[in-house]
Amino acid sequence: MEIMYVYTKKCCEFGHPCNFSESAVLHVDIPPNPSLEANFIEEDLCIVGTQCSQKMSEHEVNTNSMESVSQGINHVEGGWPKSVNAENLDVTNRYKKKVEKDEHYQNSIQHLASLIDHCIKQNNATDIYQEYFEDEEVVEETEEQQTAKFINVFRDPNKVKRTATCLSWHPNSNHKLAVAYSCLEFQRAPKDMSFDSYIWDIENPCKPEMTLKPVSPLVCLEYNPKDSHILVGGSYNGQIVYWDTRSGSHPVEMSAIEHSHRNPVYKVIWLHSTGDTFSASTDGQVLWWDIRKMSEPIDRLVLDPNKKGNLEDALGAISMDFETTMPTKFMVGTEQGLVVTCNLKAQTPADKIACTYSSHHGPIYALQRNPFYPKCFLTVADWTARIWSEDIKGSSIMSTKYHKSSLLDGCWSPVRPSVFFTVKMDGTLDAWDLLLKQKNPTLSLKVCYEALYSIRVQDKGRFLGCGSRLGTVTMLEMTPGLCTLQRNEKGLVSELFERETKRGKILESKQREMFLKERSLSEQSKEVGGKLGDEEESEEELLALAEREFFEIVESCKGKDEENKREKVEDRGC
Amino acid sequence: MMKRLFTQPAVPQQQAEVEDTLKRIQSHKGVIGTIVVNGEGIPIRTTLDSSTTVLYAGLLHQLTLKARSTVRDIDPQNDLTFLRIRSKKHEIMVAPDKEYLLIVIQNPSE
Repeated sequence: MEIMYVYTKKCCEFGHPCNFSESAVLHVDIPPNPSLEANFIEEDLCIVGTQCSQKMSEHEVNTNSMESVSQGINHVEGGWPKSVNAENLDVTNRYKKKVEKDEHYQNSIQHLASLIDHCIKQNNATDIYQEYFEDEEVVEETEEQQTAKFINVFRDPNKVKRTATCLSWHPNSNHKLAVAYSCLEFQRAPKDMSFDSYIWDIENPCKPEMTLKPVSPLVCLEYNPKDSHILVGGSYNGQIVYWDTRSGSHPVEMSAIEHSHRNPVYKVIWLHSTGDTFSASTDGQVLWWDIRKMSEPIDRLVLDPNKKGNLEDALGAISMDFETTMPTKFMVGTEQGLVVTCNLKAQTPADKIACTYSSHHGPIYALQRNPFYPKCFLTVADWTARIWSEDIKGSSIMSTKYHKSSLLDGCWSPVRPSVFFTVKMDGTLDAWDLLLKQKNPTLSLKVCYEALYSIRVQDKGRFLGCGSRLGTVTMLEMTPGLCTLQRNEKGLVSELFERETKRGKILESKQREMFLKERSLSEQSKEVGGKLGDEEESEEELLALAEREFFEIVESCKGKDEENKREKVEDRGC
Repeated sequence: MMKRLFTQPAVPQQQAEVEDTLKRIQSHKGVIGTIVVNGEGIPIRTTLDSSTTVLYAGLLHQLTLKARSTVRDIDPQNDLTFLRIRSKKHEIMVAPDKEYLLIVIQNPSE
């Protein structure tokens, strides 16, 4: 219904403020329509909080991963006029000769030839794309912000995600990355977890280039540095498996189960000289294999610190390092936090274990000698990374501070002696440069939200890959600042290590002096007092004394508490 | 009065010149091959083997057309005079004409 009310006003009164007055005239009365009430529900009064601020919403957008396939095209000649049959050689030749006789063709060719001539001669005269002052660019100051760029992310294509436990770069072309996937949590591997490990081409993150199908998930995987088609892997059930990429996804040969390890094989290393492999596992053995004969290991070493070859006392091995310049020695990092150096050429099994270094509180996840100064090696365990010198067995020469989350893997940079990388359980990657800062990492990057389990730097030092708990391998490129050798760097780093080694030696000698002094003092006191068999008793006495003191302190604290309470009650009472 | 006939001998001479020109281009330092392609993409003259020739002719013909149309779209008064593609291994030079294309592949020696 239309409501209309007409009124007149003088023009001179336009724009005047409105004067409202009461009137008894009712123009329109619209009564409420009770039938409409059925369309509404009465809501209880409620208290609603409001906020006078901008309303914002968060959206995440991610492009779909694009799957690309490379295909080639075969070109066939076309464009021949209808009268000419392209297959027939005579006819085509005749056609071509006819074109060549055309005047227009000849003029064109003369003209074009002069153009081309000019350019060819230009090319031959100088290189028009020559880069001048290429070598002089390195004068840049090292104060630039160090960053790393994410190049590619390789995700585990399976539904059930597994941890990427080990990475290995292809030795020559550096375009391929072999990743070993397994679930390291004891008995938590889901039933339908796939056992496959993959070789990825770094250009193609959508689909792995090759699948390796072992019988049991692989914990570690290494390319043979001499022959890039051969890979050896250590699996979760203790077997060593080896592949030849030319012969497909299935292993060429597996070690016999009876002679393999009893626990997952955590590290496999190739020996450069002979093409043999070492494997280390937490069952306490280091086995030496010849690839061609996998039925039995050539040699075995039991990591018994008592040097008796006892498997029950053996320490579980988690990491291993073998340096090509020292072919007779190798080092093993154990679950118990000790680093053991072993001698290959020892005569008796007892002599095989040369010495141990202990300072860590937990399993040593990574162990590597500095590629430039083999006397110093890096260990990554618990919440710190430490650098040791071979000569000093008591403690490390340098150590990072205790981090908030545990460090799970680390490695030196193959091009710069002072740079090493570590990864942590909270998903951060740290790059340390010993010449710049020793207390803090030079670069700290949060790669992902889950723990990072493995890291490997490519031989040229520029790219590195890190693997996470959900099987995501991230490839990063470092700034040139972290991968080009600086002036004087080798000299400075060797000075640094020597200085720290000397300091370590001095500390050690001081400690020894003090120990000897104490011993001589205690011997003297024994002679004076005449207490011979009292050593054990004094221990018990000390224990009893300690207990007594402890309870005394507890009682005194309790007493103080009660006094405080009584005072408070009295205060309140007043 | 003698009628001057347009006789045959003049044409072979120019043809011989054309032959010489093409031979000269091929003999320059670093030149790997020379191809002459007509307006339909048919290789008329080539010093490379037939499959490579077909490959180059087809692909570069299309690329030249695209390059030319690009230049002319930007400025209709302009026209493509030369196209040079420098790759890691060698340099491909294309001299376009209204009807023909002269393609030279050179390895600039450094």
